Amino acid sequence: MATQLKPVDILLVGYGWTGGIIAKELASTGLKILALERGGPRDTNPDFLEPHKDDELRYAVRHDLMQDVSRETLTFRNKSSQTALPMRQLGSFLPGEGVGGAGVHWNGVTWRWTPWDQEARKQTVERYGEKIIPEGMNLQDWGIGYDELEPYYDRFEKTCGVSGKAGNLNGQKIDGGNVFEGPRKSEYPNPPLKQTQTGVMFEKAARNLGYHPFPSPAANSSQPYTNPDGVAFGQCHYCGFCERFGCEANAKASPHFTVMPIAARNPNFELRTNANVMKVLLDSTGKKATGVLYVDARGREFIQPADLVVLSAYALGNVALMLWSGIGKPYDPVTNTGVVGRNYAYQASSGATLFFDEKTYINSFMGAGALGVNIDDFNAGNYDFAKAGYIGGGGIGASTSGGRPIQSRPVPAGTPRWGLEWKKATAANYPHAAGVSNQGSNMAYRSNYLDLDPTYRDIYGRPLMRMTFDFLDNEQKQMKALADVCAAIGKEMGARKVEARTNPVPYSIVPYQSTHNTGGAVMGTDPRTSALNRYCQVWDVPNVFVTGACVFPQNAGKNPTGPVGALAYWIADALKNQYLKNPGALVRA
Amino acid sequence: MSGEDHRVDRRGFLKVVGATGAAAGVSATSTAMAQGSPPAAGEHAGHDHAMPTPASAGAARSALDGFVFFNPDEVSFVKAALDTLVPPDPTGPGGSEAGCATYMDRQLGGAFGRGARLYMQGPFAEGTPQQGYQLPLAPADLIRIGIADVDAYAMATRKKGLRDLDATTRAAVLTEVEQGKAQLAHVPGPVWFNQFLALTMEGYFGDPIYGGNKDKAAWKMIGFPGVPAMYVNMIEEFRNKPYTGETQSIQDFA
Ligand SMILES: Cc1cc2nc3c(=O)[nH]c(=O)nc-3n(C[C@H](O)[C@H](O)[C@H](O)COP(=O)(O)OP(=O)(O)OC[C@H]3O[C@@H](n4cnc5c(N)ncnc54)[C@H](O)[C@@H]3O)c2cc1C
Repeated sequence: MATQLKPVDILLVGYGWTGGIIAKELASTGLKILALERGGPRDTNPDFLEPHKDDELRYAVRHDLMQDVSRETLTFRNKSSQTALPMRQLGSFLPGEGVGGAGVHWNGVTWRWTPWDQEARKQTVERYGEKIIPEGMNLQDWGIGYDELEPYYDRFEKTCGVSGKAGNLNGQKIDGGNVFEGPRKSEYPNPPLKQTQTGVMFEKAARNLGYHPFPSPAANSSQPYTNPDGVAFGQCHYCGFCERFGCEANAKASPHFTVMPIAARNPNFELRTNANVMKVLLDSTGKKATGVLYVDARGREFIQPADLVVLSAYALGNVALMLWSGIGKPYDPVTNTGVVGRNYAYQASSGATLFFDEKTYINSFMGAGALGVNIDDFNAGNYDFAKAGYIGGGGIGASTSGGRPIQSRPVPAGTPRWGLEWKKATAANYPHAAGVSNQGSNMAYRSNYLDLDPTYRDIYGRPLMRMTFDFLDNEQKQMKALADVCAAIGKEMGARKVEARTNPVPYSIVPYQSTHNTGGAVMGTDPRTSALNRYCQVWDVPNVFVTGACVFPQNAGKNPTGPVGALAYWIADALKNQYLKNPGALVRA
Repeated sequence: MSGEDHRVDRRGFLKVVGATGAAAGVSATSTAMAQGSPPAAGEHAGHDHAMPTPASAGAARSALDGFVFFNPDEVSFVKAALDTLVPPDPTGPGGSEAGCATYMDRQLGGAFGRGARLYMQGPFAEGTPQQGYQLPLAPADLIRIGIADVDAYAMATRKKGLRDLDATTRAAVLTEVEQGKAQLAHVPGPVWFNQFLALTMEGYFGDPIYGGNKDKAAWKMIGFPGVPAMYVNMIEEFRNKPYTGETQSIQDFA
């Protein structure tokens, strides 16, 4: 029997980046806010101290900070005609677990997406007409434009101490910054990081080829910094143990030391760790959430009543919770109706591996998660993608996030995977190998979606979420075309050997690609094609709001957390200034 | 482990002592040793396991000496395979010299080996390569059963167990397993091989605190300086230059 607990005003399901932002922003209301986090507590000290934090095996290979798939996972297949099978071990993406979520072990590349990304359909149709959109592609707009989101981007960048250089200040283009970005009201809070040899060579080559290079926006602080909330950041050590690791210096912005301590100042805030939310409970009408059912570390069940529920359990977790709870109509790919599970997308990436001569030292082990130089000349909206034969684009760059040797030892194609020749090639190339990569966009399609698996269950007995996904023709073209651009830049950088590559086609759940799962509960203006309105409020159940990358109708050629963070601030404002004053639907369907 | 004889005496042994661990293909010989009943002389032709003698009094022993998971036959197989995958040469140490057998032993004898962080609920089906690992075997079982399979394959095709083959023939046997050309009794060759190779590389390039990468030799070989990594003042100094700092591991700070 579940134990009935005392009600709270606001309940957050999952305590990572977005849960932390919302708890902090609503702290001033003094309302009773409860965060339920399925994982354990952790902090920089003692959890991320040197030298133990630099443990590649524990963190990068055995995934110590990430979701334990022996307990909860999903099933996967490339297409509806196949039988989905469980993702038995982590691979393609690495959802976080524990306080701070994936915000603890991300890289910190903190983008503003291009204005096109928020109006993908509108701008595509305006420029090329309806018929450019292929059959089966669900191209959609967010229902909120770039200018509306700008102030929220600004708040997130300042919270994170992003190091970078503006390329468009109030409409004025600035060389050395990203001249393709939407107009920003203010400069980045910190100057760019120091570039490595790779960055220096990339920048020069990109300029030679007529492109517009700029330093990647990095939530790795280039200098000691105090954010607007008074939170102190250390200077980045360039340790090269960033992605998949906690940060010993509090230089990589993470919710656990930025927004969460501020949220905890609200005397009515409470965090319960090892509290895994099974589902959101609805009243008999199905239109109102009454709270959640959760399970503690001992397996005891609790009913936690709440007036308002925010799903902040990562993109995939949020969609699964909606399906388990019966919130919103599940998507049916046959009729293209229903909204929960619709428009799941990923990252269609490619690139080139570069091998330099023995006089060029890359020193890939020196790096920071978001250290690199980029060009946005090929991102959607910034060039004529229709001429290239697809919709979308990608951000191209050379980054140095760390050459950790279990996982990063490039050798030229054709080298055996083991034996003497392999060993010699490994030793010879490690100091001289680099890469240029394209982070490609991924449009959404009828045939790529999330629903519940009929066969497999998690340890709690809930059906696993089922992912049906592949890279379709549009994405395959994009990956190939932009891999060629990466290779051309690599040649211009002077590499003696350049090898173009794309993500595996068909898409494979096995090799790591990125933890940029998007869609499944998208925001929009039409309840027939979006689960959420423009405030990320569930159309059908107005006292449930949803955060995270699941709200994006399609995925951009950029990492997601910039707009994910900005939208969390946007949602918090909508709650504070509108919803809490007058609870109910903020947009009429 | 060596093929037919081995199987015969294993079966015989199981009749006497019972079948614990049989499914995992445990060698009878070492089990007998562990239980303090050494096999009678001559009973195990081709095996050369003497009664264990304790290390000389006062000699410094480390927690990394000895094996907790592999039996002696498996140890010799693993070392032979490791030195085929990572052969010793002047570039750097071979896989066994670097301690990869100890690394694998500790990993397989611990939580990883038992399938920690592996979803193990059925039903099990083969699936497509894109769907990833789908066997009902935790890594310890996969590796152990596969070792017996590969050794039996070597015996059937080359008349010797892997450890008794010359380097070229060993490489040929392992290549046949890697490419799925070897008929193995239980495990799919490429799946076993990829797991074995992954463990080899983890041991070779991982922090020495896990038992492999002895003396940080693999890191020195490629020029990876290890930890704790503090390069804020070195990014510019060593831009496009060989790094000259010391190589350090987590173990060095223990
Ligand atoms: C290795 C890696 C590198 C990355 N690098 C970048 C990058 O450079 N740039 C970028 O933009 N993005 C990056 N990301 C993505 C980034 O981490 C996420 O976009 C971001 O953390 C999402 O915030 P969130 O609040 O939606 O989810 P999270 O921060 O992951 O928080 C979700 C939390 O919810 C908890 N939870 C889930 N289900 C439940 C439940 N049922 N009950 C209770 N709690 C639950 C989880 O345990 C987790 O703590 C990276 C991700 C990974 C894994």
